[in-house]
Parts: sequence; C-alpha cells; structure tokens
Amino acid sequence: MQLTGAQALIKSLEQEGVDTIFGLPGGAILPVYDPILDSSIRHILVRHEQGAGHMAEGYALATGRPGVAMVTSGPGATNIVTPIANAHMDSTPLVVITGQVATASIGSDAFQECDITGITMGITKHNFLIQSAHEIPRAVAAAFHLATTGRPGPVLIDLPKDISQSMMEWWYPTTIEELDLPGYRPEIPLDDDAVALAVALIGASERPVLYVGGGTLKSKAHKELLAFAERTKMPVVTTLMARGAFPDSHEQHLGMPGMHGMYSAVTAIQKADLLISLGARFDDRVTGQVSSFAAGAKVIHVDIDRAEFNKVRQADVALQTNVARALVAFDAANATPQNLDVWWKEIRTWQERYPLVYDEPSVDGPLRPQHVIKAIAEKAAPGTIVTAGVGQHQMWASQFWDFEEPGTWVNSGGAGTMGFGVPAAIGAKVGRPDRTVWCIDGDGCFQMTAQELVTARAEGIPIKVAILNNAYLGMVRQWQEMFYEERYSEVYLSAELPDYVKWAESMGCVGLRARTLQEMHDVIEQANQINDVPVVIDFRTDSSEKVFPMVASGASNDDILVHPSQRGENS
Amino acid sequence: MTAPEPFLGTTSSAPVRHHILSVLVENKAGVLARIAGLFARRGFNIYSLAVAPAEGNARFSRVTIVVDAESAPLEQIVGQLDKLVNVVAIKDLAPRDALERELLLATLPVNDTNRAAVLDVVANAGASIVDANATSFSVVLAGTPGACDQLEKSLEGFADVELQRTGRVALPRLKQTATP
Repeated sequence: MQLTGAQALIKSLEQEGVDTIFGLPGGAILPVYDPILDSSIRHILVRHEQGAGHMAEGYALATGRPGVAMVTSGPGATNIVTPIANAHMDSTPLVVITGQVATASIGSDAFQECDITGITMGITKHNFLIQSAHEIPRAVAAAFHLATTGRPGPVLIDLPKDISQSMMEWWYPTTIEELDLPGYRPEIPLDDDAVALAVALIGASERPVLYVGGGTLKSKAHKELLAFAERTKMPVVTTLMARGAFPDSHEQHLGMPGMHGMYSAVTAIQKADLLISLGARFDDRVTGQVSSFAAGAKVIHVDIDRAEFNKVRQADVALQTNVARALVAFDAANATPQNLDVWWKEIRTWQERYPLVYDEPSVDGPLRPQHVIKAIAEKAAPGTIVTAGVGQHQMWASQFWDFEEPGTWVNSGGAGTMGFGVPAAIGAKVGRPDRTVWCIDGDGCFQMTAQELVTARAEGIPIKVAILNNAYLGMVRQWQEMFYEERYSEVYLSAELPDYVKWAESMGCVGLRARTLQEMHDVIEQANQINDVPVVIDFRTDSSEKVFPMVASGASNDDILVHPSQRGENS
Repeated sequence: MTAPEPFLGTTSSAPVRHHILSVLVENKAGVLARIAGLFARRGFNIYSLAVAPAEGNARFSRVTIVVDAESAPLEQIVGQLDKLVNVVAIKDLAPRDALERELLLATLPVNDTNRAAVLDVVANAGASIVDANATSFSVVLAGTPGACDQLEKSLEGFADVELQRTGRVALPRLKQTATP
C-alpha cells in the first residue's frame, strides 16, 4: 500500500493507539493535517502551542498513557519547548511532532526554519529528524517505546515538509529489534546482591521512612507500595510528584516532605535511621541543605535511572529497577524492620503538635486560600482530578487536598512552570472525561495560559478553574517579605485588572466571583452544578497569606519554620 | 603512609585525575553534538576527543574521550552518557589500565644554523621526518601522550613551529598472565 509520509505518520499514531492529538497547524506541518480529517484520532485545536504541550502532559499524568502534541516548524516548535522541558524534568511520557522546512531548505535560514532537534537535545529523552518517508513508522514506534519505557520522558519527531509529501510503501515495525535502538536497554536484570543488602538494612532498621517519589507513579507501583507499607508498618512520605501514590487518608501517611512539607514528614526523614527512596531523586526542594539531610540515615535508593544514584546523596544500596519490582523482591524476601512502636510514638507526637493550620477566615473576607481549597475539596466528587500552576496555590493544593489514588494530582514539579494548570486540566479532562477536573490556579499563572479556555469551550471540555486571586505573584511576594526586608519588587498584579469574570465570559465560560464566606460556598455550589461548559471562579484571597511550614532555600530541614500560631513552644 | 600513586605516563597534558572513556556510538547525524552538549550542560570537562569508524563497521563509531574526573564524579559522567540513546557501550579505562597513543604533526623552518639541533630533537623523541623541502621539515610522532608532550616542549625552542595533535585513542592494556 502506497501512502504519503503524512498519511504514514497518522496511520503510525493510530497503530500506537493514540486517541487524541493536541496541536495547531502551520505551513511545514500542513500536509499532515489533511489525513487527520480521515482519521479516528481526535484533534484538539489549541490557541497557543504551549497549551498543546501542557495538555498532552495533563493527559499523560491523568491517564498514564503518553500524550501527543503536534505543531508546525519555527515558532510553533519553539513555543512548545517549555512543555517539553517541563515533561523532561517530571519524566512525563510525551511524543511531540514538529513540522520542519523541506530537506533541501534545511540550513538555509528558510521561512519558519529552526533547528528544533538541536534546541531540544538537552530536554528530550531522544529526538529524531526524519530523513525519508520510509523511516516514519520506525521513528513513531521508537518514539513511543522510548517515551514510555525505562525512565519515561518526552521524545520529539521533526518531520520535513517534502518527506511528509513523498510516497512510501506502508509497513510497521512488529518487534523491538526493528526499532533499531542498539544502545537502549531500559530494563536490566535485578541485582540479587543489592536486594539482599537492602533486606538486611531494612531488617536492622528501627526508624525507617519510605520516601516515595514520582517514579512510584510512573511504574504504577501504588498497589505494591500499599502492600509493602502495610506489611512492614513503615511511615510513608510522598513527594510533590508522588501525591496520590499512597492514600492521604492512610494512617501511615505523613504527607509531603520538603520545603513546604508536613512537619512530621520532614522531621521523620531527619531522624530516620533508614531512608528507602522509591523513584525519588533527592531534589533540592526535598533535601534542603544536603549535608544535614537525613544525616543519620542509611539510604536504599531504588531507581530505574542509574544516573540518579550518588548524584546528590551517597546510597548505601543502589538498586536499578522499577519500583514495583523492587517492592515485590523485598516482600518475597520478607524484609521486615524492627518493632516500630517507639518510632511511631515519636512521629505521632510531631503530628499532634504540628498539624497543618491556617488562620480563621473572617466572614466578610478576604478569603483564606487554604480554606477555599478545603471548601472545594469537601464538595468535590470522589476521584476528582486536581491540577495546579506553580507557586503558593500549588503548595496549598498539595497540602490541603487529600489525594487517594494515582493520576488525581497533576502539577509541574521539577521545572516549576507557571501557567501549567489550565491547559493541563484540559488535557486531564480529555483523558478522563468521567472525572471532575478542578484547576487550582493563581492569578499570575492564570494570565499566562488562560486563552486555552477558548479551546476548552470550543471543544466541549468542561473543566473548573479556581483562581486564588491575591493580586500578587504570591510566592515571590512571600520570599520578598521574608528574605528581602519586605521590599516588594515587581510582584503586584492587581485583583481587578483583568476582570476575571468578564474574561471568562468572553471565552464562553461561566465566570463567578467570591469575596465573602457565603459567596465562597455559593459559587462552589454553582460551579458543581455546571457540567457542560468551563467555569472560572475569581476567589478574592488574603495577599499576606504565606505557605507554612517552610524550610528556607538552602537551609537545613532541622530549621523548619512552622505556622506563626505554632511557634514559641519548645519543640 | 599511603602507597605512592602509580606513574600515569603524563603530567602536563591532562589532569592527573583523568579517565579515558571508550564510547561505542551509532554512526548517526548529530551524535557528536549530543555527547558534546551533554558534557557542556552537566559541567563535565572534556580534555580531548577522538572519533573514528569502529572496527570496520559503518554502523558504529568509536569516540575516545579523555575526561577530567575532577570536574564531576566518573559515575555521573558514565551514567549520564549511558542515557544517550545513540550510545551503545562505554568502556571506562583508568590511565594505569590504558594503552594510550596519540599522533603529533609539526612543521618547522630549518636552516644551516638549526638543522643539527632539529635532527637531534627528532631523533631523541623517536619521531621521523615525513616531508621536507629546502626550508622546512614536517615531523611526525606516534607515541604516548607523554612522549608527545616531551616533543612539543622540545620544539618550543624553535621559531615558527606549526603543530597539531590528534587527542588520544586508547585500548585496555593486556593482562599479564604466565606463559602457557
């Protein structure tokens, strides 16, 4: 069967089971947009290429399946660089297809030419510049294989226009060997010696902590984690990238560690004698000052990526495998720590003394952002998916929303990409149309990518957006207040400009606003009644509210700063 | 007292804590850029780099990289390099385990006053004269990096020397076993 390169590309995506492409056409990718008309794949037309990338990420994080985005060459390609970098930092499986100028024009500074494989070399797991139409099926199959196996990540395929217009005889690879990836070995045999060493360390431990990272979700190891944790009775902490990997309602769950982590989670790590890292990478937002991080703990480091071992923290045992396989091996060896009663008693004291708190909201406002999140959560359907931008609202959402299952928390962790929330929510809703999707956003973040609400309305994707509008770039303001003598430099945004309600309405969404407690409850009720169009709520929150607990940048986790109302006691 | 460091065969041309990575890569466009880009963005220092087709197989190339193991832990460098999809295999050679060779080419003016001295330097270095005309010699030395260092230093005394070195290639030293 003779196909054009463009037809072969779309047919290859169908072969990979793709049901949705997020994209925006343009000159160099034009040939590929024609066969989309004849394909079963749904195309979501975005308003900016960055939106396509974050939607694909939201789709991937909510479903566990790779997200697919397609854009044109030049500025189309550079506009999707931020989502690619974001996906690279958070190991999110993504396949991005970019149009490229015709082969003969490459290197001539042609219209809308840019070297996107060069630009994305350092922020993709791998990328391909297609040289012939015959190669297209192999490149697509390889891209999906690379994006979804081992440590997942974004893969980019750059497709010159003349190649998408040329003819090829249709074929599709059926074996891994045909993918021609001689240097790629995502799985290695389990190191039995390392397992035995880990089992011995666990057996000797009296104060263990399960330090659960995003790799646990990526390897879909939540069931194995629950079984292992319950059998061993070990305390569990879940990083920002692992929220939902272990139920927040579980009594062994201490919550999130790190800069804005729970006091008990942070302190349990500091006092632990054994840290079992499960797909976590000792990020600086978790460790604080590395030299004093869990200083008395032995470390068992489980990761699929060997380059994570000893990068930040020297491991006593490094076990290169996926998290599920490691936990099954530990269980098979009946790895069991010492009696943990004393350890739990100590942890319970910290939990009781330093729970998450916030000041009582006043009836007439301004609203407390933490209270708004709790109020939305209370009325949210079970299994609601929450997305966030980056900043204070993101930390509060992670702190105050209880996540019970994988795929319910969608956020930008490593890269910290403001504006992630709205497009990610759209992608999540497309992937999980059965679920309610709330985007907890900040006013600064919302302004970066809000135009995608036009996409949401046009494509019939009814997400709900809660803007915690404190009129500031809140996290920057918090740092300027705490570390720059309250010298507020370029952080004020205004609560009234733009008018978020009118803006939402102009984009075909329902726009609501709440200033008082009563209005807050009313608009949440209203939003929950609307299931056909997107809803945007402008919650007017207190500008002076700060995220606690907090470990200052580079400080030791021993110097964690709790909420002002909890200070002054001897700890 | 600790045991003295073994003689590494070179002092001036590479950092003392250098390591040699013999990297088998797919012979595809952009592979060298991927390696160079990785070293640049991770802050690993490359001392020298040599690339050639591998063992008569057009599908693969061998890249010999001398890395500065002071700039980053070797484990990190190897681990990150191994993640490049086009990298097929990495052999890590400590200097003491490596058979290293490098090529030096130099052209210099000769005249009646310096000819004897030049010939002396060439002979002492074990180099050879491979090209000559009435006013210049071209000299080649294939030897250890240390020998190339020595020759380069000896040639510093002469004017208008044009000199190039290839960067080293390396193979593991053969294990010494008893004769069968």
